[in-house]
Amino acid sequence: MLDAFLTGLQGLAEGFLHLDGASLVMIAIAGVMFYLAVAKDVEPLLLLPIGFGCLLANLPLSELMDQGGVLKTMYDFGIGNELFPLLIFIGIGSMTDFTPLLANPKLLLFGAAGQIGIFCTLLLALAFGFPREAAVAVASIGACDGPTVIYVSNLFAGLGKIDPSMVGALAVAAYSYMALVPILQPPIMRLLTTEKERATKMPPVSGKVSQAALIAFPIVVTIVTGIVAPKGLPLMGMVMLGNFMKVTGAVQRLTKASENEIANIATLFLGLAVGGTMAGATFLTTQTLLVFALGLVAIVIDTVGGVMLGKLWYYLSGGKMNPLVGAAGISAYPMAARLVQNEGQRWNRQNFLLMHAMGANTGGQIGSVMAAAIMLSVLKGIGMI
Amino acid sequence: MSTLSFGLTMLVVGMGGTLLTLWLLTLFIRGLTALLPPPKNGNKPQA
Repeated sequence: MLDAFLTGLQGLAEGFLHLDGASLVMIAIAGVMFYLAVAKDVEPLLLLPIGFGCLLANLPLSELMDQGGVLKTMYDFGIGNELFPLLIFIGIGSMTDFTPLLANPKLLLFGAAGQIGIFCTLLLALAFGFPREAAVAVASIGACDGPTVIYVSNLFAGLGKIDPSMVGALAVAAYSYMALVPILQPPIMRLLTTEKERATKMPPVSGKVSQAALIAFPIVVTIVTGIVAPKGLPLMGMVMLGNFMKVTGAVQRLTKASENEIANIATLFLGLAVGGTMAGATFLTTQTLLVFALGLVAIVIDTVGGVMLGKLWYYLSGGKMNPLVGAAGISAYPMAARLVQNEGQRWNRQNFLLMHAMGANTGGQIGSVMAAAIMLSVLKGIGMI
Repeated sequence: MSTLSFGLTMLVVGMGGTLLTLWLLTLFIRGLTALLPPPKNGNKPQA
């Protein structure tokens, strides 16, 4: 009888006996994510479920990421096959208004300049010794777009080219830096521009775009980008599907479901499953620290690229373009556009840059997906995927 | 292919391809807005 009691007690102590340093550090990291999400409102929709997934996966003897475990089931169901990021993209498309971009299509070029960080970071990651696929995955943080990062990195994880635990590190880095855009961008904007440039007043955007053009836009983008970079068609196609449903107004129930229920459910499961990949043994490495450092560099270079194109445009146009608008050429929508508006007003109270910045920002959304699509197509072209 | 060649290929073809595709899209958007202009009264559509 006493033996049975002791054996039973031993079963209860198993968890404590298996609690190691790595688990404790990962539980602390989960705690930091909870703090950021709950107390600081930093990307709570993602950091909270990622943090909880991380907590669940790192408790001693946790079987949640073993075959048949709930997190592993979510991972296989929606991340292993790229489903969840793509469902979120439908929601993003249905929430985005491309009117300012159609009213001034040149702003799309800022969306290209805002992706330079991806390609420069790729070179840096290679220089730091990352294998090629891992370097591409790290560089994708420069897309400033969480689902794109998860899509690209998980593609390589699925092919066995990178460790699945890296997906978690990349996702956390991407979402953390997206949330830090309001802190990261203003000093760069001020450093690269003069007070006169920042105070440049721009004429109001007409905003006159026909409904027919708005409806045709997602179809044209899907066809053009699908032909140029077929490997990225799932990404762009889902964004444009969401937008097509929104602008036609023909399927309002589906549009509302895409931007609410579907996006929310996909976000929850994606966050939990990504957090589940953050096992201490594979996450706590110098590689993870490098991922975070390179991710930061990527977003800084993106901003530099956008602002420098803005400066060039300022001089070529005889001072008609406010270079700050270039900083909105990243995918953090609409945060980056609002930031440009605030920064512009700080230097000229009469300045209203929001619509210009919204155009550049939606250009950044298309640009980030396009850059990922082009990268994947180039990789296919050289036989890596 | 060496690592340097790979990196430079991705930089040149990747960034160049992105820039070129987006520039191409600006042309298509211009074409779209020219073909499908807003109504004369100039009301902004409810997107």
